[in-house]
Amino acid sequence: MEATSLPSAQPAVLRGKRNLADRIGDPLLKWLSALAALLAVAVIGGIIYEVFHLAWPAITKFGLGFVTTNDWNPVASRFGAASFLYGTVITSAIAVLIAGPLSIAIAIYLTELAPRGLARPVATLVDMLAAVPSVILGLWGILVLGPFMHDTIEPALKSVLGFIPLFSGDPSAFGILTAAFILTIMATPIITSVTREVFETVPGELKEGAYAIGATRWEMVRHVVLPYSRAGIIGAVILGLSRAIGEAIAVAQVIGGATGIHVSLFHTGDTLAARIASQYQGAPDALQKASLAYLGVILLVFAIAANVIARIIVQRGGLKDVAPAPDIEAGATEAQAL
Amino acid sequence: MSATPPTHPLFAARGNLRRRRRVNRVVEISSTVAALLAVAVLLIVVFSVFRKGVGALNLGFFTKSTPLFGASGGGIANAIVGTGIMVGLATLMAVPIGLLVAIYTSEFAEQRVAHVVRFALDILNGVPTIITGIFVVGLIVIPQGHGSGTAGAVALAIIMLPIVARTAQEVLALVPETLKEAAYALGVTRWRTTLRVTLPTAAGGLLTGSLLAIARVAGETAPLILTSFLFAPGVITDPSQGLASIPLFIFQSSESPSPESHTQAWAAALVLIAFVLVLNVIARAFYARSRQRLEG
Repeated sequence: MEATSLPSAQPAVLRGKRNLADRIGDPLLKWLSALAALLAVAVIGGIIYEVFHLAWPAITKFGLGFVTTNDWNPVASRFGAASFLYGTVITSAIAVLIAGPLSIAIAIYLTELAPRGLARPVATLVDMLAAVPSVILGLWGILVLGPFMHDTIEPALKSVLGFIPLFSGDPSAFGILTAAFILTIMATPIITSVTREVFETVPGELKEGAYAIGATRWEMVRHVVLPYSRAGIIGAVILGLSRAIGEAIAVAQVIGGATGIHVSLFHTGDTLAARIASQYQGAPDALQKASLAYLGVILLVFAIAANVIARIIVQRGGLKDVAPAPDIEAGATEAQAL
Repeated sequence: MSATPPTHPLFAARGNLRRRRRVNRVVEISSTVAALLAVAVLLIVVFSVFRKGVGALNLGFFTKSTPLFGASGGGIANAIVGTGIMVGLATLMAVPIGLLVAIYTSEFAEQRVAHVVRFALDILNGVPTIITGIFVVGLIVIPQGHGSGTAGAVALAIIMLPIVARTAQEVLALVPETLKEAAYALGVTRWRTTLRVTLPTAAGGLLTGSLLAIARVAGETAPLILTSFLFAPGVITDPSQGLASIPLFIFQSSESPSPESHTQAWAAALVLIAFVLVLNVIARAFYARSRQRLEG
């Protein structure tokens, strides 16, 4: 590093040169990096503008009635989002209802139960589940999970819970339930990773206090870890929900691509994201493309709302303040999972 | 797993205590089963891909291009080249910009501004990738008149940007303040300190973020459907045209009813999953080494 010697010890010519470079260097790096930051913020604005812009013909034609219309008829040029909205809500809700408790259980195992040498490898493997590309999970869903749902899981559900309308109807390889299971697999590593991070911030003194008054491990978790981490867990679940809402490809592969709202979970359906993925490229006319972009507007509103709420809840919960040093690895896996 | 019960009769478990211990045992077992289940699903998926894909892997699969619809045989050479070009271009865009964003928030920005940028990155990270695809359609594909490798690369770069920038921010925060102060005390300017002291110290962690981002977008399908859809056979290296990609090849083959296409899809999935998982393992190894160095 040439700058380590004192300036006065250098020949005047060299000093002049270095000062020039340094005079330019500092503001240059500052403004260049500020520009990059501005670009990142601008991309968000650009995305919102462009999606609304492309959807505008459909927004002006159908108005808010689009959201409650249960029709997708290119021949008659009638389009509505209701059946995809239903598909998105029901698949994501099932996914989170399963993945939430499952992930909390996994996080309890990783932070409280796992033997020292085992916690890290198991956590890494769970994180790896988030790294599997969604198109591969979709392929697996079509050719492995789908047939298994058709032959085993759905008949079993039907024979036990068939009196509930949700589990009536004929089992099928493609449909809402298969898509919901694939989304469960995607949401679990995300919720687990954030929940585990939150659990690790619970002060040891509180846990030891619970043990000292005779609590069992579960009683300690229930009365110390869970209440302490409540905000973080809710934030984690919302992040998982946002992942499930936004998934397009794997859902398009396994849900069957049907319009209409059906009570049975075995029935085919479609979601907002999956419908855009499967039809945008081949959409024959401008109005259909605009209607697909309108689906995108609804999806974007959901996704941004979920993310904003989740971040606020997690930050209010004091996760950032409690954590003594930022744990990049957890941050990296979380960022990657999302 | 629970502490061994004391043998003295005064501490013997009975009644209420026995019930509490039983509840505890049930929770412990179900938590362990939950963790096993998650690991099992990963292993089942990876094993399925391996078992069904390994048979179709041969030299021709890597060197031949995908034939036009229906024709049998062929490989994924065009898809490998296309994915390589698009991911490469995306990396060239996202990594420098992502690093600059991180440098801005950790070295120059006020607390409040840094917070806003961080929040924006988190929101960007939560935008569904299909929406990113629509954005690039409006930004590039419609003005250009057709999809292209460049459009695909821009979409992938937007997905990479928050991952690169967020990990870089976390890593730069780990660089000891004393190290920078030592440089300042010697009269070194800020930009030289950043480029010669801060970045090299954090290099391992920065590499981790970039590798994770590459692993993430290599398997991205949704934005490419909208921006770089392609039926043309043959290897194309010009990014101003539509380029094939491995994820899209898997998607198209998986939607086909023919078992031969499915075998091709599994083989391509094996190539992709091997690449993604190996990249993840390498990234974690780099991270572990870098962290060890930083924490001394």
